[in-house]
Amino acid sequence: MGSVKAELLRLWKWPATWVLIGVWLVMTLTFGYLFNYLALNGGTNTRSMSQQQLISAMQPENVGAAVVRGLPMFGGAIVLVLAALAVGSGYGWGTWKTTLTAGPRRVSAMAGTLGALGIVVVLLVALTFVVNLSAAVTVASLEGWDWSLPGLGVFKALGASLLIAAMWTGFGVFLGVVTKGPALAVGLGLMWAIVTENLLRGVGSLLGPVESLTEVLPGGSAGNLAGAVGGSSAPGVLTNLSGTTAALFLAGYVVFFVGAATLLKVRRDLV
Amino acid sequence: MRGTTVEPMIVTTEKLTKRYGDRAVVDEVSLSVRRGEVYGFLGPNGAGKTTTIRMLLGLVRPTSGSARVLGEKPGTPRALLKVGSLIEGPGFFPYLSGRDNLRVHAARRGVDRTHVEAALEQVDLVGAAAEKFRRYSLGMKQRLGVAAALLGRPELLILDEPTNGLDPAGMADMRDLVRALAAQGQTVLLSSHLLGEVEEICDRVGVISNGKLVAESTVDQLRGETVLLVKADPLEKAHVLIEGSSVHGDVLHVRETDAGALVRTLVHADVDVQEVRPLRRTLEEVFFEMTGAA
Ligand SMILES: Nc1ncnc2c1ncn2[C@@H]1O[C@H](COP(=O)(O)OP(=O)(O)OP(=O)(O)O)[C@@H](O)[C@H]1O
Ligand SMILES: [Mg+2]
Repeated sequence: MGSVKAELLRLWKWPATWVLIGVWLVMTLTFGYLFNYLALNGGTNTRSMSQQQLISAMQPENVGAAVVRGLPMFGGAIVLVLAALAVGSGYGWGTWKTTLTAGPRRVSAMAGTLGALGIVVVLLVALTFVVNLSAAVTVASLEGWDWSLPGLGVFKALGASLLIAAMWTGFGVFLGVVTKGPALAVGLGLMWAIVTENLLRGVGSLLGPVESLTEVLPGGSAGNLAGAVGGSSAPGVLTNLSGTTAALFLAGYVVFFVGAATLLKVRRDLV
Repeated sequence: MRGTTVEPMIVTTEKLTKRYGDRAVVDEVSLSVRRGEVYGFLGPNGAGKTTTIRMLLGLVRPTSGSARVLGEKPGTPRALLKVGSLIEGPGFFPYLSGRDNLRVHAARRGVDRTHVEAALEQVDLVGAAAEKFRRYSLGMKQRLGVAAALLGRPELLILDEPTNGLDPAGMADMRDLVRALAAQGQTVLLSSHLLGEVEEICDRVGVISNGKLVAESTVDQLRGETVLLVKADPLEKAHVLIEGSSVHGDVLHVRETDAGALVRTLVHADVDVQEVRPLRRTLEEVFFEMTGAA
């Protein structure tokens, strides 16, 4: 399909795409392996994790959990920024105007953007997996542990990672279309992902109904799904909902964000 | 209905209207662009040119009235694929080269990427094709916009103020390009607030002012047809004889097209007729008169 090809070409050659993916990979390596490795070797043991926990977290076998636990908050924030920038800046650059007058109907143009972003997100999760696995194997070899590759269960963690990333991507697209620009979309998105839900969780410890609500908000659902498939000890990871419930909420958010953004894009005048 | 390829009208609008709030920005505009002509869409700033063009491309939905582009509803793939456009400045990715931007656009339009080089050549951008769009001068950006509009050999080219921001040499280049395209039979709808430009390259013009189409005709008709200049002796007698005439110095201006009848009337009344000719006003005078912007 021409629209996907066009969008993929421009995302592929966009420095921002690679900067964001790069930042994310460095972050996941630093927090998932580098710090744990340093703590294990001559760390002052002031960390809350015991030696056994550190070793387990870095085992190649548990790489699925390592991938998924970063996504509810920081990984999600990264893909949200990518999506909000990709969609929002098209208004200022005038590229939406060029896209919508090129030929394909608006739904197809939007599908092109969503499809290309989807491919980038799949790539991001795949790269995260490969990079984390390499790091885990390296650490295990350096330390001389007995290690084994992850079992089939890793696909569950990767599937959950994709769903979480898809939800945050949809959120970014939605904000980009609603605010018709990159700045406000990124600002609101980051505030929601990193600040607002945490504040609500704080209030939730005082007010019961708010607490239940925070579990099913976008970040809450993402955290609960990550927790359900083995992610642990990372900001944003929760274990208060079943995996199925959390996954259903996430799927609902994807449908809502993508649907609402597409509807707006198709209906609204472009001036 | 006959096939769209033999449709003589490339664009027609019927009382096309766009309101923002209770203000009609485009007010019952009925215009038509014929196959093979360069149509000048002329009007001062804020007259409603861009808004009309946006409606022809489906970017903006009309409040009322209708439009047909190549026999199709505006904004549908069937219409858009046959139209190339540049509206209010080019919209490209700043971080991509000119060539990559055209490749992206070619993919959207379903045009083979081999056409990209031809389009670059047409606007004389081959040398700068590998440079980032961000670094282009205003004139280069504008030319890339035209190149994108030309991708896929559209039947209709819509250019909204294509010389905006260009220096005199750049403007001349753009005019030459439009003329060259027109010579190949390309239909062009070109909006402008520059009278000289329209006078020079357009076959027909539509004049829009405050959202209303105040005139639509050939450039020649617009300039010359309506007023005759009459030099006669005695002038006062001629003035009394000819209804609707006005005295301008030692000549009369007459809103009349039948010069023969006019001369007969004067001669029968023993008035000496020294000169009768169509008053060649510049388009500028006509324009100011019509748009009330003098
Ligand atoms: N989205 C909008 N909301 C409200 N008013 C608008 C909107 N878009 C355009 N207008 C108004 O419509 C009028 C016509 O605008 P338009 O851009 O069509 O003029 P134009 O003839 O292209 O002018 P210019 O030569 O300056 O480009 C302007 O007064 C503008 O303020
Ligand atoms: Mg305009």
